[in-house]
Amino acid sequence: MTGLDVVFVLVGLLTAAGAVLTVTSKNLVHAALALAVTLAGIAGVFLVLHADFLALVQLVVYVGAVAVLFLFGLMLTRAPIGREALDSQNRGLALAVSGGLFVVLSTLIVLAFGDVRVDAMTGPGIDVIGIAIFAVWVLPFELLSMLLLAALIGAIVLARREDGESGEEAEVTRIEVGDPPINESDGPPAEVAGDGQAELPAGSGGGGQA
Amino acid sequence: MTVLTSTTALAQAPSILDVGDGVVLPILLKVALVLGLFFVVPLVGGYLEHKVMGRMQNRRGPVEAGPFGSLQLVADGIKFIQKEDIIPRAADKPMFALAPGLALVPALLVFLVIPLGPGVFAVDLELGLFYALAITSISVLGILLGGWASANKFSLIGGLRAGAQLIAYELPLIITAITVAVMAGTLSLVGIVEAQANFTLPGLEGFNLWFVFPQIVGFAIFFVAAMAELSRPPFDMPIGDSELVFGYMTEYTGIKFAMFLLTEYAGMITMSALMVVLFLGGWQILPGVATPGCEGAAGIMSCDPIGIAISVLVTLAKIMGLVFLMVWARVAYPRLREDQLQRISWLVLVPLSLANLAFVTILTVVL
Repeated sequence: MTGLDVVFVLVGLLTAAGAVLTVTSKNLVHAALALAVTLAGIAGVFLVLHADFLALVQLVVYVGAVAVLFLFGLMLTRAPIGREALDSQNRGLALAVSGGLFVVLSTLIVLAFGDVRVDAMTGPGIDVIGIAIFAVWVLPFELLSMLLLAALIGAIVLARREDGESGEEAEVTRIEVGDPPINESDGPPAEVAGDGQAELPAGSGGGGQA
Repeated sequence: MTVLTSTTALAQAPSILDVGDGVVLPILLKVALVLGLFFVVPLVGGYLEHKVMGRMQNRRGPVEAGPFGSLQLVADGIKFIQKEDIIPRAADKPMFALAPGLALVPALLVFLVIPLGPGVFAVDLELGLFYALAITSISVLGILLGGWASANKFSLIGGLRAGAQLIAYELPLIITAITVAVMAGTLSLVGIVEAQANFTLPGLEGFNLWFVFPQIVGFAIFFVAAMAELSRPPFDMPIGDSELVFGYMTEYTGIKFAMFLLTEYAGMITMSALMVVLFLGGWQILPGVATPGCEGAAGIMSCDPIGIAISVLVTLAKIMGLVFLMVWARVAYPRLREDQLQRISWLVLVPLSLANLAFVTILTVVL
């Protein structure tokens, strides 16, 4: 056991603990934070394995953007403020799916890389990675970027509300310069024509303009 | 299990703190350097802000604590420590306590790669620029969390605004940084400083330029985006006091509030330091001027102690100059509205920085 092995095990344990907390926590925001810890832990694993570029990508994409977007979306929509608890009813299904995935992935990884021994580990330099992506694998890279672009446009189309699709326009009371203060307790709204408010008798209030 | 033998390829140029053969002493010295930078330079920046803002508003700024009021922020720190630590009853206590730390630690970690002079840095990472940007992107977690855990609607709205703002302005910031990296041909911060010392425009050989001159657009984008990233006025909608009391910091008191404040000032220093490195030639005195006492690489590397001292002072002076500009902008401009803020980022800065990147990349390949 070298020092790196110890660090590797510790980071791995932290990542696993974060993952367990993500699914067991009853508070959505706590779960999202535990997810952030898990993702940061994976970055730590990459770092221990000398994949420093990958570790930083993991940090900036998953912790800095994905986890933040999760938290942001939760807070905008359904995060209970303070200490409240929610519970999902899909435990059995989730357990089956994640257990199946775990078995398949670990079998595949052991089969593929089980007998590979790497002794002197140095990650490739950023120049090597850059040439690999933009020279050797440029076509798959461009395909992936097209896919992402399509997903982006799709998200925008889904998020944009077409006319008449989602409910009615809320009635808006527009306040314009020169309107008298609206007093709801007074009788029926008086007709307001142009700038004629000054001629209204005192006390009759003004018009509620829809 | 695979044996991981460590032959790290992370560090590039040696730091002057790599003294002796041991492992422990250099690490201790580097930790001392980073902590010293983190706790002292932001205080100097804060003092500068107090004084400059005061003068610009026809006041004198702090005068009582220490000579010319220079110890005002130290006194403030002592006051913050003594204050009662109030946690709202409805708050999520662990998260509420965790949030300021989560915002503070990334601000501290960025100082790891900031080069102040030839060899005066903790570590020169091959990916230094990317590291700095990646680490700063984590701070927003702490701010979002603080806003939510306070169980206060003003805090929540402030946290949300901060989240939206930081996401929006991260893009132009990173794209502009990429542009500079393309010009320099490296992501190492020390490497970028060296590249600027050797940079000339085609047709003007022998006439050294910093990146700020061909990249004045990039510098402007980076400066605006950096101010927005730090939520500094005029981009301080997340803590807009006329609408949101104090945004995500509303419920924070005492030392936790001080931690948020220190995060802001430290961010101001690190962003200024990044701008100095990316655009203003790092520790070079003037374009094309060799630092006295230095020999290697256009007269900015391999320095004797005097040269190193001059270099560090030059860097710090440039950083403080940028802090002055930020304070000036704060005093001169009113706060933007939330929609104006998002509009500036998505409709102006992002397209502009993308066009800038494409322009520079094509020119770099063609020339």
